[in-house]
Amino acid sequence: MRTFIVLVQKEFLQIRRNSFLPKLIVAFPILVMLLMPLIMTMDVRNVNVAVVDLDRSTTSRRIASNIEASEYLTLAGTTAEYPLALAALEQGDVDVILQIPDNFERDLLIATPERISITANAVNATKGGMGMQYVVATIAHTLTQLRGERAPVELSELVTVENRYNPTLNYRHYMIPALMIILFILICGFLPALSIVGEKESGSIEQINVTPVSRLTFTLAKLVPYWIIGLFVVTIAMLVARLVYGLAPVGSVWVIYLGALLFILTISGFSLTIANFSETMQQTMFVMFFFIMIFMLMSGLLTPVDSMPVWAQRFTLVLPPRYYVEILRSVYLKGTTLAELWPNFAALGGFAVVFNTLAALTYKKQA
Amino acid sequence: MVAIEVHNLSKCYGQVKALDGVSFSVERGELFGLIGPDGAGKTTLFRLLTTLLNADEGSAAVDGLDVARDYLAIRSRVGYMPGRFSLYPDLSVEENLNFFAALFGVTVEESYDLIAPIYKQIEPFRKRRAGKLSGGMKQKLALSCALIHRPSVLFLDEPTTGVDAVSRSEFWDMLSGLKEREITILVSTPYMDEASRCDRIALCNEGRILGIDTPEGIVRGFDRRLYGIRAKNMFALLERARTATDIVDCYPFGERHHMVVDDGFDVERFKAQLGDVEGLEIGGVEPTIEDIFIKLMKR
Repeated sequence: MRTFIVLVQKEFLQIRRNSFLPKLIVAFPILVMLLMPLIMTMDVRNVNVAVVDLDRSTTSRRIASNIEASEYLTLAGTTAEYPLALAALEQGDVDVILQIPDNFERDLLIATPERISITANAVNATKGGMGMQYVVATIAHTLTQLRGERAPVELSELVTVENRYNPTLNYRHYMIPALMIILFILICGFLPALSIVGEKESGSIEQINVTPVSRLTFTLAKLVPYWIIGLFVVTIAMLVARLVYGLAPVGSVWVIYLGALLFILTISGFSLTIANFSETMQQTMFVMFFFIMIFMLMSGLLTPVDSMPVWAQRFTLVLPPRYYVEILRSVYLKGTTLAELWPNFAALGGFAVVFNTLAALTYKKQA
Repeated sequence: MVAIEVHNLSKCYGQVKALDGVSFSVERGELFGLIGPDGAGKTTLFRLLTTLLNADEGSAAVDGLDVARDYLAIRSRVGYMPGRFSLYPDLSVEENLNFFAALFGVTVEESYDLIAPIYKQIEPFRKRRAGKLSGGMKQKLALSCALIHRPSVLFLDEPTTGVDAVSRSEFWDMLSGLKEREITILVSTPYMDEASRCDRIALCNEGRILGIDTPEGIVRGFDRRLYGIRAKNMFALLERARTATDIVDCYPFGERHHMVVDDGFDVERFKAQLGDVEGLEIGGVEPTIEDIFIKLMKR
C-alpha cells in the first residue's frame, strides 16, 4: 500500500512538474465549456428570404411583413422579377426565394389558388431545409390569421406544440453533455496512454520493472491520478454549465458523478490497452485519434443515433460514450433517475471491466 | 559461493540469435567484466539475468535463485543500471533516490553508508532535476539508485559509454570500493582498456563467449610473439607485411600495425622481404586484451 501511495505521489509530482499539463487540465475544460457551446449550434438563424410578389395584395404584403417579423427569417427584399431574386440566390445573398403568384389573394377567396413556389439554396442543406420550413410555417400562420379576421373562425388552432425537457429548444443544452464527454475522452483517454508510453520511451519503465513493484500496482498508480483529474474536470464543466448557461441537472448530481467514474474507468482502460501496443508517442497519438474520431462522430454526441443508418445504430452499441451521453442528457434535461438508467450503467460497468482486463492482460504479454 | 550461474543460455529475436549457448559463473564478491563489441549480446544477457526477458533455452540463477521461477525474489536482491539513463528526468536527484528507495521499501538513511562515497559527489545538486545533470553525474545518480536497497548483485550495462575519460576512471574506482562491500558486480563494456580493472573477464562476440579468464590470464594465453611495425605509408606496409613469411596475422592497431608471427620469424629476413620501405620501425610489443580478442574472433 505504501508503494502504491509513493507511485501515485510520483505521478502527481510529474504532472505538476510538466510545464504544460496542469494548465491544460484546468484551462481546457473551462475554455471548451465557455467557447464551444456558443459555436456548436445547429439553430438556423438569419435565413435571408427574397419575396417575388406578383400579386401585390394585402395578403402578399402581410406574408412579407410576417417574414420580416420572424426571429429566424430576414427579409432580403421584395421584387416583382424572379430572375433578379434568382441572381441574388446564386450570389449567396439570399437563401430562400418565395414567389407569390398573380391573383393569389383573389383566387384564395373563391377557389384553390395557384401554388406559391419556394426555392431554397440547399448547398448548406440544414440552412436551406430549415429555412424553407420556417417560410412555410410563416405563410400558414399568415393565412390562418387572415381567415380568422375575415370570417368566423373556420380553422382554430388545431396544432399545439410543446417542446418538452428543452422548452426553448436550446441547442446548447443538447451540446453541453456531449462536450463534457469530449473532455473526458481527451483528458482521461489521452493522458494516461501518453504517460505510460513516455516511460517506455525514456526507459524508466525498465527501471521500474526490475523493482519488486507488481505490474498491477504500477498500472493502477498510473490510472488513479487521471480518475481524480477526471472527477475534477466534470466538476468544472458542471459549474461552467450552471454559471454561464444556467443549465443545472434536473436529476441528481450523484448519478452524473457515478456515470463519470464508470466512464473514466472505461476510457482510461481503453487508453492503457492502446499504450500497451504502442512503442512511441506518435503511434499512440494516431491510434487514439482513430478511435476518438469514431467515438466523437458515431456515438451520438453530435448527431442523434436515431438518424443514423441501421447498421451504424447497431455499431453504436459497442461505443461506450453512447451510454454516458444518454445518461448525461437524460439526467440533465429530464431528471431521469439511476433506477431508470440502469441498463446504461450496466453497459458502462461492463466496458470498464472488459477494457481494464484487456489492459492488464496485454501488459503481461510484454517482457 | 556462486553469485551468478549461467548455463547454456540462448535467446533469439526472430532470425537473429542474440545469445547462443552462453555458460559461465561468477563468484560472490567478484567484479566480472563482459567485454565485447556492440551486438555481442551483452544487453540481452543483462535483461535475462535481471528478469526482464525470458530465455529460449538454458537456465540461469542469481544469488541461488532461478531467474524464471523466483523472479520476484531476485528483483529485490539485484541492482540494475541499464545502458541508457532511465531515471525520471523531471524529478530531482533527491526525489529519484527517495522514490526508488520507497519502491524497495527502504529509506535513503538506511543505505546512506553504502551509497555515500558515490552520492556525496552529487549531493550538492540534490535539488536539480535529473535530466539537467551532466553525463558523469547522471551515471553517479543511476548507480546510487541501483544501490539504494543494498543489492547483493549489481548489474551494470555499459556504465561508462558516453562518459569522459576522467569520470570513467573515477567510476571504476567506485566499483573497486563496492567490491570491498562483498557486492558481486557484473559489468559490461566495449572498452578493452577497462577490462584490466575486472577480477575476471569474458570476451564475447555475436552471442558467444570466446574466452573467460583473469585479465592477466587472458593476456598470458597469447602464445605467439607480437611485433609492432610502422612506416610512412601505413597502408602499403600492411599489404606487404601480410605477404611475408611466417606472418600469422597483421592488423592496424592504433598508430602502428600489430603483427602476430610464427616461431620461425626472423626480423632481418622480414625487412629484406619488405624491400625499400620509407621510415620503417619494428619492435616487439606486449599483447593486450584487444590482441587476444582479435585472435579469438579470427579463430
